[in-house]
Amino acid sequence: MSPTRSRFVQIHRSDDDNSTIGRNFKLFLLVLYLLNGEKFKHQEDLCSKKCTIPLGPESLLLRGARLKNTKEIFGVAVYTGMETKMALNYKSKSQKRSAVEKSMNTFLIIYLIILIAEAIISTILKYSWQAEEKWDEPWYNQKTEHQRNSSKILRFISDFLAFLVLYNFIIPISLYVTVEMQKFLGSFFIGWDLDLYHEESDQKAQVNTSDLNEELGQVEYVFTDKTGTLTENEMQFRECSINGIKYQESNGRLVSEGPTPDSSEGPFYRNSLSHLNNLSHLTTSSSFGTSLENEIELIKKHDLFFKAVSLCHTVQISNVQTDGIGDGPWQSSLAPSQLEYYASSPDEKALVEAAARIGIVFIGNSEDTMEVKTLGKLERYKLLHVLEFDSDRRRMSVIVQAPSGEKFLFAKGAESSVLPKCIGGEIETTRIHVDEFALKGLRTLCIAYRQLTSKEYEDIDRRLFEARTALQQREEKLADVFQFIEKDLVLLGATAVEDRLQDKVPETIEALRMAGIKVWVLTGDKHETAVSVSLSCGHFHRTMNILELTNQKSDSECAEQLRQLARRIEEDHVIQHGLVVDGTSLSLALREHEKLFMDVCRNCSAVLCCRMAPLQKAKVIRLIKISPEKPITLAVGDGANDVSMIQEAHVGIGIMGKEGRQAARNSDYAIARFKFLSKLLFVHGHFYYIRIATLVQYFFYKNVCFITPQFLYQFYCLFSQQTLYDSVYLTLYNICFTSLPILVYSLLEQHIDPHILQNKPTLYRDISKNRQLSIKTFLYWTILGFSHAFIFFFGSCFLMGKDISLLGNGQMFGNWTFGTLVFTVMVITVTVKMALETHFWTWINHFVTWGSIIFYFVFSFFYGGILWPFLGSQNMYFVFIQLLSSGSAWFAIILMVVTCLFLDIVKKVFDRQLHPTNTEKAQLIKTNSSVKCLDSMCCFSEGEATCASVGRMLERVIGRCSPTHVSRLWSASDPFYTNDRSILTLSTMESSTC
Amino acid sequence: MAMNYNAKDEVDGGPPCAPGGAAKTRRPDNTAFKQQRLPAWQPILTAGTVLPTFFIIGLIFIPIGIGIFVTSNNIREIEIDYTGTDPSSPCSKCLSPDVTPCVCTINFTLEQSFEGNVFMYYGLSNFYQNHRRYVKSRDDSQLNGDPSALLNPSKECEPYRSNEDKPIAPCGAIANSMFNDTLELFLIGNESYPTLIPLKKKGIAWWTDKNVKFRNPPGGEPLEELFKGTTKPVNWVKPVYRLDSESDNNGFINEDFIVWMRTAALPTFRKLYRLIERKNDLHPTLPAGRYYLNITYNYPVHSFDGRKRMILSTISWMGGKNPFLGIAYIAVGSISFLLGVVLLVINHKYRNSSNTADITI
Repeated sequence: MSPTRSRFVQIHRSDDDNSTIGRNFKLFLLVLYLLNGEKFKHQEDLCSKKCTIPLGPESLLLRGARLKNTKEIFGVAVYTGMETKMALNYKSKSQKRSAVEKSMNTFLIIYLIILIAEAIISTILKYSWQAEEKWDEPWYNQKTEHQRNSSKILRFISDFLAFLVLYNFIIPISLYVTVEMQKFLGSFFIGWDLDLYHEESDQKAQVNTSDLNEELGQVEYVFTDKTGTLTENEMQFRECSINGIKYQESNGRLVSEGPTPDSSEGPFYRNSLSHLNNLSHLTTSSSFGTSLENEIELIKKHDLFFKAVSLCHTVQISNVQTDGIGDGPWQSSLAPSQLEYYASSPDEKALVEAAARIGIVFIGNSEDTMEVKTLGKLERYKLLHVLEFDSDRRRMSVIVQAPSGEKFLFAKGAESSVLPKCIGGEIETTRIHVDEFALKGLRTLCIAYRQLTSKEYEDIDRRLFEARTALQQREEKLADVFQFIEKDLVLLGATAVEDRLQDKVPETIEALRMAGIKVWVLTGDKHETAVSVSLSCGHFHRTMNILELTNQKSDSECAEQLRQLARRIEEDHVIQHGLVVDGTSLSLALREHEKLFMDVCRNCSAVLCCRMAPLQKAKVIRLIKISPEKPITLAVGDGANDVSMIQEAHVGIGIMGKEGRQAARNSDYAIARFKFLSKLLFVHGHFYYIRIATLVQYFFYKNVCFITPQFLYQFYCLFSQQTLYDSVYLTLYNICFTSLPILVYSLLEQHIDPHILQNKPTLYRDISKNRQLSIKTFLYWTILGFSHAFIFFFGSCFLMGKDISLLGNGQMFGNWTFGTLVFTVMVITVTVKMALETHFWTWINHFVTWGSIIFYFVFSFFYGGILWPFLGSQNMYFVFIQLLSSGSAWFAIILMVVTCLFLDIVKKVFDRQLHPTNTEKAQLIKTNSSVKCLDSMCCFSEGEATCASVGRMLERVIGRCSPTHVSRLWSASDPFYTNDRSILTLSTMESSTC
Repeated sequence: MAMNYNAKDEVDGGPPCAPGGAAKTRRPDNTAFKQQRLPAWQPILTAGTVLPTFFIIGLIFIPIGIGIFVTSNNIREIEIDYTGTDPSSPCSKCLSPDVTPCVCTINFTLEQSFEGNVFMYYGLSNFYQNHRRYVKSRDDSQLNGDPSALLNPSKECEPYRSNEDKPIAPCGAIANSMFNDTLELFLIGNESYPTLIPLKKKGIAWWTDKNVKFRNPPGGEPLEELFKGTTKPVNWVKPVYRLDSESDNNGFINEDFIVWMRTAALPTFRKLYRLIERKNDLHPTLPAGRYYLNITYNYPVHSFDGRKRMILSTISWMGGKNPFLGIAYIAVGSISFLLGVVLLVINHKYRNSSNTADITI
C-alpha cells in the first residue's frame, strides 16, 4: 500500500461544532465518501453491488473548508446561499453593546426630554404672549395673508416643530460619529501595543470589535477557562497507572512509584517495554520476587495499555513521513522524533507521543488500517469503527482488528464516564490513583478495553450501521448504540498528563482581585485537578475557606447544602471564601435555587466551577449577567468549547493558543497570553473608559452650552424662533470648531501614567460601575453646561446693558453681533474646558486645541469679510470684525471665559484637596523624570536589554541625587505586579530609596 | 463571466491565507505614537498649581476692573423720554394720530458739560426688531443695488414686497417701519435766543455697510431714474430717493436708513442718530446749561406700549456708559483672590497630613 494510494482526506472544517450542523441542516457541500474510487470498491465488496453508506454531518464539508492532503474529492453541492453556516455565523454574531453606550442612550433620552420640554415651554409661552395682538402682530411687523389664514392647530404644530428644529442641536448627532471614530481609531492601540505582543508565538493582540474598548475598564467578573488559558496547553505525559500500579515517566522509561499491590518491597524498577519482546530479559527481572506468570501478565497488560493509547485516538501524522516503515529495529528510538503528530486535542498528542517514547510507535493510518510499530515490529490493525468523542459521553472508543484477527474495543475517557462501565481490572486502585493524579493538578484519562467475539462484533457492526444510516433521530440512535457498545469494559489503567501553568498567572489573578474583579475559573476538568490548579495559580489561597457544592444528587439536598454554605459565610466575615461547584450540582442549583446560589457566589472571592459543559459555562455567565447588580462580565478562553461563553459574556477574550483559532475568531479581543489581561484591563481598559466617558459627557456639555443661549434668547424675541447664531455657525459648531480637540483627547488621553495604572490595580476600582457616567457626574456636566450658557448669554446681555454702544466711535451693534459675541465666548470656553480636562498634552493636542480657536477666528474673518454672492442674506458681513474692534468685547470675552472656567477649576481643586480619589492621588505620584526620559529612549532603541543597561547606568547617576520621597512611599506600600517593561520603573524606585 | 465571478467568490469565501513569509514578524512597530509614549506635558490641577493662578487673576482683574469702572463713570449720559405717555409731558398731545405734523419740545438741563464728541441716540423700548419674521423681512441683494432684485424683491419681504403691483424699494418690514421722528437740539444759552446745536448725520453707520453692503442701483444720476418702476414702502412719506438732499447720503446709502436696517438684539435698543462733533479743545461740546429738544413726532409706539427716548452720551474707547464690566471684573478678581487665600489655608493644612494620607492608598 503505497502512500499515494492511501491518501486520507484530511479536512479542516471552518467550524467543528458538528451537532449544530446536523441540527440546522445549513449544508453547503456534501462529500460522498469517495476517494479515487477506493472506498467505494471496498464497500461494493462488502455489500455486493447494492450499497448503503452512512452519510452524516461528518461527511459534510462546510463552506470555508479546505482540503489538506488530497487534490480532489467528489462531492455534491447540497446547499449554497445565505444560509450556509459561515454566512449565518457571520451575521448572527450578536451585537454586544457596552455599558457606556447604554448610559449614553439614557442620557440621550434625558436630553430628548429636555429638548421637548424646552420646545413645549417655548410654544406655550409664545401663545400666551401672542394672545395680545400688539405682540402678535404690531403695526411694524404684519403677517402675510397666508399666515393669518392658516389654521390655529396647524400653526401650533408648526411652531412646536420650529422650536424642535431650533433646539435640536442639544441632541448631539455628531456624538455618534465621534464615538464611532474614537472607537475605531482607538482600538488600533491595542494591536500596536508591544506589551501585548508575544515574542515566542509571534502574536500580537487582535481586536475583533471596536465597540467594547471601554468595557474593558468596567469588568467586574472574569470567567476564565483553565486549560490553555491559565495553563500552556502543552501537555506532558507524566504518570500512568497500569493495572493498579503507578508509574512515572522519566527519560522515556517508565518507573514505578510507591508500593505496588503485587510487591510490597519498596520501589523497584519496572523496565520499559523494550523488554516486551525479549522474554529472556524478563526472567532476569523475576529475581525481584514476583513470579514469572505475574510478570508476563503484567507485561501483557502494559502492552495492551500502550497499544490502547496508541490506537484509541484521532491523531494524524504529518505528511513528511518516513518511507522506510518497518525496516530495522534501531529505528524505533528515532521514530518519535521524526514523526509529527497532529491532534485536535493536545492530550491525545501527548499520549501518543508518550507511547512512542515507551516503544509503541503509532506510524500512521490509511483509511482503514492503523499501523503500530512495537519495537520495530510492524503491526497492522484494521480500524473497524471510531466512536467519536463527544462532550456528553466524555469518552471515545475505537474498534480494531488485531493482526491476529481478534477484535478489540479500546475506550478512553474521563474517569467518571469510563469507570462505571468497567467490569474488570483494578477499578478501585485506579480510582484512587486517578484522584491522586488529580490532586497534583494532572489531567487524567482512563483507558479500558473489551474483547469482542466475532458474533458480538457482527451485532455491533449491524447496530452501528443501522444507527448511522438512520434517517430520523440518528443522534439519539447513535447514542444508544454507543451506550450499548461501550459496556462490560476491562479497565487497563489511567494516564496523567501535566499542563504547565502559563507565565505570571498567579500575579495576574492577584492583580485582578486587587482591582476588585471577581475571578471565576470554569473548567471541564475534574474536581481535584481543578482545585489543585486553582491553588497553584493563586486563584484559591491557602488561607481561604474553601466551600464545596459538589456531588449534589437532588434538588432539596442541593438547597440544603446551599443554605448551609450561606450560613457559614455569614458566620465568618473576616476570612475569604472560595467556592467549588461541579457541573451537576451547578445545574441543580441553577434550576431551582438561583437566588440562593447567587448570594453564596457573591460573597465568595473566588469561585471554581469544575466538570462544566461548554453550554453550562455560558449559562453561568448569563446568570451573573442578569443578576440584580448587572455586573459586567469578561470571559477568557482558548478553545472551541469556550466559544459559547466568550460570546455570552459582555467582553469575550480569546487566547490564541494551541487549540485552533476558534476562540480567537469568536472573541472580541484576542491575546496570546493570560498575563496580558492585566495590561489590557488596567491600562487600555482604564484609558478607553476615561476617554470615552469624558467624550460623552463633554459632548452633551458642549451642546448644552451651544443651545441654551438660543433658548434664552427666545424670551427676548417674543418666542419667534429667531436664531441667535448665523446658520453657518450653527452648522459648523459641532463639525469644525469643537470637534477635533475632543477627538484627539479621546484618542491620546492618559490621565495617569500607564505604569502606575498597571502597578496599582486598585485604581481600577475608581472607574468601576460606570462611575464617570453616573447620574451624578452627568448632572454635574449638564449643570456646568447650563451655567456656562447662562454666563455667556447674560454676560453678553449685561454687557449691552441698556443697549449702549460698545465701539469707540459710538456706532451700534445688532442682533448678529450679539450672537457672535456669545458664540465666540462659547467656542473659546468650550475648547479651553477641554484643555482643562486634558492631562496628556502631546503636540497633537496643542495643535488641535489652539488650532481650533485660531481656525474659528480665521474662518470668521473670512466668512464675514466677503459678501458671499450665493447667499441670500448678508447678515454676517463684517460683524465679526466689528465685534473684535470693540475693546469692551475683548474684555468681556476674557472675563466670561475666565468666569466659566473658574467654576470648574474651583470644583476640581476643592474636590481633589478635600476628597481625593485614589486616581487623583496616584496622579501626583510622578514617575521619576529619569524613568520618563528613559522610556522614551527605549522607544527608539531596539532591544530592551540595551535599554536596561542604560537605565541602570542612569539610575546610578540620577537615582541617587533625586530621591523623591513620594515614590519611595509608593514602592514601599504596594506589591508590584509588573510586566517586563516596568521592571525598569521598579528598579529606579528602589534605587531612589537608598 | 458568471463562472469567473463564482470562482472569485469562492476564493473570497475561504479563510484568509496565512501571511507569506515566516520571516515576516508581526511584531508591532516600536514607535512613540503606537506605544502611546509621545512626549507629553502632563499638567495636574492641584491646589499648588492653581494657587498662583488665582492670585494672578485677582491681581490682574481688580486693577482692570477699577480702570474700566472709572472710565465708565467718567462718561456723561443723559436720557430723555419723549414718548408722551405722561399727560404732563409736552409730547402727550402727539399720541393721538390726528395731529399729523406734531411738533413738541422738551426742556432739559445738563448739570455737567459734555466734553469730546457727543453722540445722540434715539432709543425704543418694547420694539421687537429681533422678531424672526421681522429680521428676515429684507432683501440684501436689493439693498446691494442688484437691478433684478430691485424690481423683483425676495419673497421674504412679504407682506411688504409690493404695493399696487409695483415692487417696493426698499422692501420688507424693517425698511417699512423705519424710524422717522426728527430730533433737533437747542442750547438755551445766556443769550435770549437759543442756538441750534449742529448735528452731523454722516458717520453713524458702519463704514462697510455704507460703502459695500448697501448700494444704490447702478447707473448715473438722477437717483429717481434708478428707482423707476418701484414704489415707496407703505408707511413712508417720501420715496427712498428723497431721504436726503445730499447724493452720497441718499437712496439705499442713507445712513439713517442703514442704521435702522441693522436690527437690534434686544427689544429695548438704541440707535445712533446724530453726531455732535467737538469744536475745539477749549470749549466743551455741550456745555452745562439748559437745552431743549425739538421733536417732530411721527413714529407711533403707543400701540405696543413702546417708549421713545433721546440719549446724549459721550463715549470712551470702550463705548458707552455701563458699569457692569468694571464691577464684574472687580468681583471676579476679588473672588479669585479670596479663593486663593482659602486654598492656601487648606493646602497648608493638607500638606501636614499628606504624608500619612499617601500611605493608605
